[in-house]
Amino acid sequence: MKVLVFLLALLPLGRLIWLGFNDGLGANPVELITRSTGTWALVFLCLTLAMTPLRLLTNTAAWIRYRRMLGLFSFFYACLHFGIWLWLDQDFDLVEMLKDVVKRPFITMGFISFVLLIPLALTSTHWAQRKLARRWAQLHRLIYFIACTVILHYWWHKAGKNDLDTVTIYAIVLVLLLSCRIPYIRKLLSKQFTI
Amino acid sequence: MRTHLPKLLASEITPKAVFEGRRDLIKSAAAGAFGLALAPWFSREALASSPQKLIATPNPNFILKDESTGYQYVTGYNNFYEFGTEKSDPAANTGSLQTRPWTVTIEGLVKKPVTLDIDTLLKLAPMEERVYRMRCVEGWSMVIPWDGYSLSKLLNYVQPLGSAKFVEFISLADRKQMPGLRSQIIDWPYREGLRLDEAMNPLTLLTFGLYGEVLPKQNGAPVRIVVPWKYGFKSAKSIVTIRLTEEMPKTSWSQFDAREYGFYSNVNPLVNHPRWSQATERRIGDFKAAFAPKMKTQMFNGYADQVASMYTGMDLKKFY
Repeated sequence: MKVLVFLLALLPLGRLIWLGFNDGLGANPVELITRSTGTWALVFLCLTLAMTPLRLLTNTAAWIRYRRMLGLFSFFYACLHFGIWLWLDQDFDLVEMLKDVVKRPFITMGFISFVLLIPLALTSTHWAQRKLARRWAQLHRLIYFIACTVILHYWWHKAGKNDLDTVTIYAIVLVLLLSCRIPYIRKLLSKQFTI
Repeated sequence: MRTHLPKLLASEITPKAVFEGRRDLIKSAAAGAFGLALAPWFSREALASSPQKLIATPNPNFILKDESTGYQYVTGYNNFYEFGTEKSDPAANTGSLQTRPWTVTIEGLVKKPVTLDIDTLLKLAPMEERVYRMRCVEGWSMVIPWDGYSLSKLLNYVQPLGSAKFVEFISLADRKQMPGLRSQIIDWPYREGLRLDEAMNPLTLLTFGLYGEVLPKQNGAPVRIVVPWKYGFKSAKSIVTIRLTEEMPKTSWSQFDAREYGFYSNVNPLVNHPRWSQATERRIGDFKAAFAPKMKTQMFNGYADQVASMYTGMDLKKFY
């Protein structure tokens, strides 16, 4: 099952490669690749955050087994998203890149999100989990903050054209997923099925 | 007046037929012998769907060394919010646009206010082909062979009054024909404007076609302006009213966010958009360029010689 999820999670990348070899990336290939990898990083972030609510709702712990892989795929697509921007948009000019990060709020949010994902990815192993013990859970609560910076990144990017339909959907999904972490709602969710 | 031009210059741009030839060649090569056998069928399809030709004489003063952007990109990657906000929306949704009959009303501070039928407009002055760079405020660019004549010819025809300082362009806004009007992004109709001297500048082109064909609907049929030293959104599409005014007209994007989109919106690599740099640009349709560093944006999009004098003494950071 895990293998299947792994292969499915590679499909978005496979699609981009296939399109690349078949003249399918359109008039602005860089834009398409950047946006696609960004969107998929967000989708995997939502999926990662959905595992705990699903566990509570179904009263099955099995969901948690997929959480790390989904989180790492979110990081994987975020790396591609960031890497393509750094390479094709900023031409690996780190000074220019940092200027951009400071000057433009939506880039600031994207950059913060990416940087904060790094420690989470690095400490995703069982070994790190054991080593950090209680602090591991505290550290990984960062993901709630990252969810906010990610959606701000996307929101401010789209705000320029007032083209907020899609972002709004993602924002609602994230708000719902995050609200499942509020103790009161969390209790409601788990009670529903344990009575 | 030069109406004839050396033919060799025209070879510097890539005609549409050559592009399509190349594409067919690539397709055939990819598909092997089978593809080769199909090639005539492909070209027949292309002929069947080819739009109306527009006879235009290339103007040798407006030829570029840059390779023209492929026809499929010029007509498939568009910002035309009346038909949706995605780049592919205009090509997909403009079928409902009725470009005939069409009239353009020229009104306001002119001696001869007039409403002209599109056929009259087409014949008002000799049709020229001009290859212009087009720089979008979003950071991408194209090179497009447009067909039209200087807007000044039309303005001279209606004779602006001494009090006229600005020219306002109003695009069609018809909910029945334009599904994008349902969205509230812009306070429709789309409005753009130029200072009178900008409008009279010979570069400002009243445009009826591209690549020697009547304007495809997604490119602003049947008549638009092209102002190549300004960001693309200044070049209003599907124009129904041209109004000469004394006051600076309120323009759509400036009304949307005056901090992000000024009235002038001259292409300027030194003045950044609040949300992104304008120092570089990505040339559309050039696959190799996609994986190379972006090209440097030129002051006034490379038209400084023709237009910079209109802005002497102006702080371009303030009047962006």
